[in-house]
Amino acid sequence: MASHYEAPIRKPLVLGDKGYHDVTVDIAAPVEGRANKQWWIVFTIAFVAFLWGVGCIIYTISTGIGTWGLNKTVGWAWDITNFVWWVGIGHAGTLISAVLLLFRQKWRMAINRSAEAMTIFSVIQAGLFPIIHMGRPWLGYWVLPIPNQFGSLWVNFNSPLLWDVFAISTYLSVSLVFWWTGLLPDFAMIRDRAVKPFQKKIYSLVSFGWSGRAKDWQRFEEVSLVLAGLATPLVLSVHTIVSFDFATSVIPGWHTTIFPPYFVAGAIFSGFAMVNTLLIIARKVCHLEAYITVQHIELMNIVIMITGSIVGCAYITELFMAWYSGVEYEQYAFLNRATGPYWWAYWAMMTCNVFSPQFMWFKKLRTSIVFSFLISIVVNIGMWFERFVIIVTSLHRDYLPSSWTMFSPTFVDIGIFIGTIGFFFTLFLLYARTFPIIAQAEVKSILKSSGERYKKLREAGKPLYQINKTTAPVNTVVEDAPAPSADTDAQVSTLLDTLGTFDPGTDTADDLKRVKGIGPLMEKTLNGIGIFTFAQVGRMTAKEYDLLDSITGSFPGRAQRDDWAGQARTLNNNE
Amino acid sequence: MASKVIQAFYNDDDVLMHAVKKVKAAKHHIEEVYCPFPVHGLDKAMGLAPTRIAITSFMYGCLGLIVAIVMMNYIMISDWPQDIGGKPSFTYLQNMPAFVPIMFELTVFFAAHLMVITFYLRSKLWPFKKAENPDVRTTDDHFIMEIEVHGNEAALKELLQDTGAVEINISEKSSH
Repeated sequence: MASHYEAPIRKPLVLGDKGYHDVTVDIAAPVEGRANKQWWIVFTIAFVAFLWGVGCIIYTISTGIGTWGLNKTVGWAWDITNFVWWVGIGHAGTLISAVLLLFRQKWRMAINRSAEAMTIFSVIQAGLFPIIHMGRPWLGYWVLPIPNQFGSLWVNFNSPLLWDVFAISTYLSVSLVFWWTGLLPDFAMIRDRAVKPFQKKIYSLVSFGWSGRAKDWQRFEEVSLVLAGLATPLVLSVHTIVSFDFATSVIPGWHTTIFPPYFVAGAIFSGFAMVNTLLIIARKVCHLEAYITVQHIELMNIVIMITGSIVGCAYITELFMAWYSGVEYEQYAFLNRATGPYWWAYWAMMTCNVFSPQFMWFKKLRTSIVFSFLISIVVNIGMWFERFVIIVTSLHRDYLPSSWTMFSPTFVDIGIFIGTIGFFFTLFLLYARTFPIIAQAEVKSILKSSGERYKKLREAGKPLYQINKTTAPVNTVVEDAPAPSADTDAQVSTLLDTLGTFDPGTDTADDLKRVKGIGPLMEKTLNGIGIFTFAQVGRMTAKEYDLLDSITGSFPGRAQRDDWAGQARTLNNNE
Repeated sequence: MASKVIQAFYNDDDVLMHAVKKVKAAKHHIEEVYCPFPVHGLDKAMGLAPTRIAITSFMYGCLGLIVAIVMMNYIMISDWPQDIGGKPSFTYLQNMPAFVPIMFELTVFFAAHLMVITFYLRSKLWPFKKAENPDVRTTDDHFIMEIEVHGNEAALKELLQDTGAVEINISEKSSH
């Protein structure tokens, strides 16, 4: 049996005197309750921002990319900055649910659902930018490996931009099924609690008829584990490939081998910060402080601190490599970043990403909710600047000083960016009202090891459960099953007359499936008739086979062909 | 054909595990156990065979890798070889480093999606599928053990009450 022991030094992950039913009630509450005024206010703001973004996108597509601030020197700016920023944010969800699952970190369970939701929503935002930047998004399908209409000219598989298409679509779709599979039992919980017929219908639909059989759970856990194993290298590959967009080019400041690990660390960094931003609000609004505890926030902060320091190391390594390479173009690119006209962006990046997470070394600060929230915002601003610095400062002073220029965004650039933030929050707010935002089935499975109630019981030396002989009420429920016809009854009794009846008191049932030709279904049918042992099957002759066929009506002649009786006799002798 | 089942309700996973072991020891065939969350070791205690879904995932992954190799070999090497940026298409093996990302992505894509589809089909999960848990409490905090009754109703009832069942239902139901 699974032991629920956990070292007493570990702090509880579920606070308060919570049993299984309390978990259900707490997590279903935001879905079942009505939205409050704050929710509507925030939703309205997000939705208006989203609409503004839609307007700017329509303007861009109908007029052209010329509406953006791009020029002939800086051909990539906010669009790709926003793209990389959103993809980066989208890394935390899979990291939390996959990597922390592989490491068996129980604290992931309270936050993985929302982190994955955030992943999916932010990858959707990211995907918008390359599609809009195509200029003619209705031809977006040209990135798929299909020959064009003039002949078999295909996509270029040597291009990192095409790798991106495959990486991001794989990542988005795999994250989506990972998320949805985990949601099935929780949707089922809401379905089974729903009182209104419409809600019942919707949650029945989205829970895919989840029934929670032992076999389903066995497969569910295996699928989760394998998906985690697949998603872990996948999540690392995605930002690696995004960094190839830059690293495989010959632009000074981009052409570096450090990019893949540096981008991945940065992605985890910004993703965890965004998870913190969202969950600090969500736990308050949805009253989930007992599940998303200060300890969770503290652990997130530690990850932010570590990945922030890795990013800091990468920044310094970049500077060192530029100097050590002796390539003056490379050296100038970095000198220009730190001291050129974009110095403020560079130092904003340095302050927000390298300096600010170092506060998390102090326990007081990393367990302060207000401070954590503040830092999470700062980190996300910093990570946006990181991408801006990498992209724009590397481009704006190219090999030809006569074409040196600056980039300034137009209202359309800003509008689309604000629009994606609005779209992201619109999706997240809708999600928070309709989805179980904590993986309640998983939380229940760790409740006995990590719940405060059970920890206290263990400490007091009291048993976690007691087996009481009950006088449980016995209800007899008769479903409207088709009554067996008298004819069949007579046949069954004739059959059992010759084969002998099975007395559960004295006989033991055999595993009839060992007879070749008898599957689990047929075994059930035979048991239903009253045939349980090899001895009974062994007594069958042609007459009994015919009788059996007429009773079951399945596979006529099968028993005779496979010689069940002969097989059963051999098996019986071997027993 | 109609069959009679006895359903024992439990409200604790540990009690359930003891009950499953006891019922198995008494040589009854446990038809099904419905749980609100995964109970570790339950499958073993019930005598369920281990799942082979991870093996299918491996095979799907191999399929994805083969698809990626065949596709890119056809597109980049045999159908329309191009000299892109001074890097001509020689043979698949020589040009392979550039194809590694897609080979990896398609392996993961096939392994993940086809495994999940297999899981959904094997466990009968799809939109508009009707749930089959006998009681709504099995997604909340109750566990149900279902045992078929073959004229041993009273003995079973007593055994189940001994194991700490909080409720026992006996129902006739048509087998599917």
